[in-house]
Amino acid sequence: MTVATYAGKEVTVNSEGFFEDPSVWDEEMAPEIANSFGVPELSERHWQVIKFMRHEYETKGEGPSVRALGKSSGVSIKELYELFPKGPAKLAAKIAGIPKPHGCI
Amino acid sequence: MTKNIVILGGGTGGTLVANRAKKVLHDLDVAITVIDQDNEHLYQPGLLFVPFGLKAPESLVRNRKNQLKRGINFLKAEVVSVDTASNRVHLASGDSISYDVLVISTGNTLQIEETEGLSGSGWGKNVFTFYTLEGADALNRALAKFSEGKLVVDIIDVPIKCPVAPLEFCQLADWYFKQKGIRDQIEITLVTPLDGAFTKPVCNRELSGLLRSKGIEVITEFNTGQVDGVSKKLVSYDGREVAYDLAVVVPLHGGADFVGRSPGLGDELNFVTVDEFTLQAKVAPNVFAIGDAPNLPTSKAGSVAHFAGEIVVENIGHYLQGEPLSALFDGHTNCFIESGFHKALLIDFNYETEPLPGHYPSAIGLPLLRESKLNHIGKLLFEKLYWYGILPGRNIPGIKSLMPRMGKRFENQEKGS
Ligand SMILES: Cc1cc2nc3c(=O)[nH]c(=O)nc-3n(C[C@H](O)[C@H](O)[C@H](O)COP(=O)(O)OP(=O)(O)OC[C@H]3O[C@@H](n4cnc5c(N)ncnc54)[C@H](O)[C@@H]3O)c2cc1C
Repeated sequence: MTVATYAGKEVTVNSEGFFEDPSVWDEEMAPEIANSFGVPELSERHWQVIKFMRHEYETKGEGPSVRALGKSSGVSIKELYELFPKGPAKLAAKIAGIPKPHGCI
Repeated sequence: MTKNIVILGGGTGGTLVANRAKKVLHDLDVAITVIDQDNEHLYQPGLLFVPFGLKAPESLVRNRKNQLKRGINFLKAEVVSVDTASNRVHLASGDSISYDVLVISTGNTLQIEETEGLSGSGWGKNVFTFYTLEGADALNRALAKFSEGKLVVDIIDVPIKCPVAPLEFCQLADWYFKQKGIRDQIEITLVTPLDGAFTKPVCNRELSGLLRSKGIEVITEFNTGQVDGVSKKLVSYDGREVAYDLAVVVPLHGGADFVGRSPGLGDELNFVTVDEFTLQAKVAPNVFAIGDAPNLPTSKAGSVAHFAGEIVVENIGHYLQGEPLSALFDGHTNCFIESGFHKALLIDFNYETEPLPGHYPSAIGLPLLRESKLNHIGKLLFEKLYWYGILPGRNIPGIKSLMPRMGKRFENQEKGS
């Protein structure tokens, strides 16, 4: 566990950078989190995904997988990879301040 | 009044729930109906052996109806939707059937069309799957002719049925080509979207080591966006490429299409949303789901259908008598992992406990998370157990639906996993 500072506020994150407590996240932190993970600017499309992630987490208690994002966020899987390179579900979850999506077993 | 229990899908889960319900709920005046779109019950774990000529395809199929106890109705029909508000199942014929309790055990469908190029020009030539009977049979012929080059086993994305099957396939391929004396002319690579060979840490370490020792390369975090059968390569969404000569692909899985057409029943991938402990559907109290169909946070495996089946039958009994659903599933999963050369590993875990070393079902028994000949024999005996023990819904001595803690070495569990 480590402490990171986003938008002037200290938050605890785990070794991979996921928020320990999603409730301390706010929208002002997102651009700085994004920056620290190599996403220089958050466009409207980025925000569409981030807001969707927050909404899913708040209603279902878990962030969606890439496939679920591609089916229901209004952004295709291809574009998700352009917006959030490498692992869109994980990266978007970090930026949205929610836990790592479980993926499956 | 007679209560109608309608079971959708007569595979592993549907068959064992029907047979067990017939036995356990006989005092409750119930009529049991199983609906399936065909009458051929396939022993799916056997598919792994077909490509290597270790099993004949026709030996894996039996008459579906014959696996059901007398007094259970079998209806051959395709389900097109479920209306949980009016308790009716709609069939492709236009007919509908009403139920008092519904069990959904329609498994998974393979979504081959969802991956660009997968069903294209390479399909059946240099791209195969062993997840269907025809596919496994075609792959058998392709492997027999394969004498040099890159064999790539690709998991497009999770969840998949029996998540260890692709790992087993790689190890059997290693054995197969060694037997033929041509292993040094063939590269075997596993391509996975996960960050390791398996999701759970202790097991991942063990399996990764085993694959490495057999010279099987593992490429991780590769999300296949396209299968290019012309230039023979896999392309990931982030632009990486893996060249192959023979690709063995595990296609995307999803729940049955009718789940998507039934309001409120499933999630984006058509998995039925259920309470992970009672297996009751979120959409209605008289609907349950088991096997590969629900969105449970555990493996999609026959053993899960088996253990969860016992829980569901108990809870149906409670529901019909107006009692609270007191039978709770713990996510118990038990899988043999065939590792070639007449050896296998065994893993046993649940929602909370990752696969650990030790023995199963208690301190004396089969070794866990370690290669042994005994486990290989266990894997082979499983086929008999499937037809004569599990499907008929028998109680199997020593095997309980909840995961045994005895015999496991808990000090090996990783903290916080
Ligand atoms: C290659 C491979 C290897 C495996 N190895 C193992 C193993 O070693 N150990 C293990 O425990 N598990 C293994 N499994 C997994 C195991 O076979 C499944 O988890 C299990 O069969 C799931 O049972 P089920 O009842 O949920 O679905 P299924 O047994 O698949 O049954 C679903 C049924 O629903 C019917 N159906 C679907 N849609 C409709 C519809 N619309 N209308 C009417 N009927 C419909 C289908 O015809 C089918 O009969 C393996 C699977 C594969 C593919």
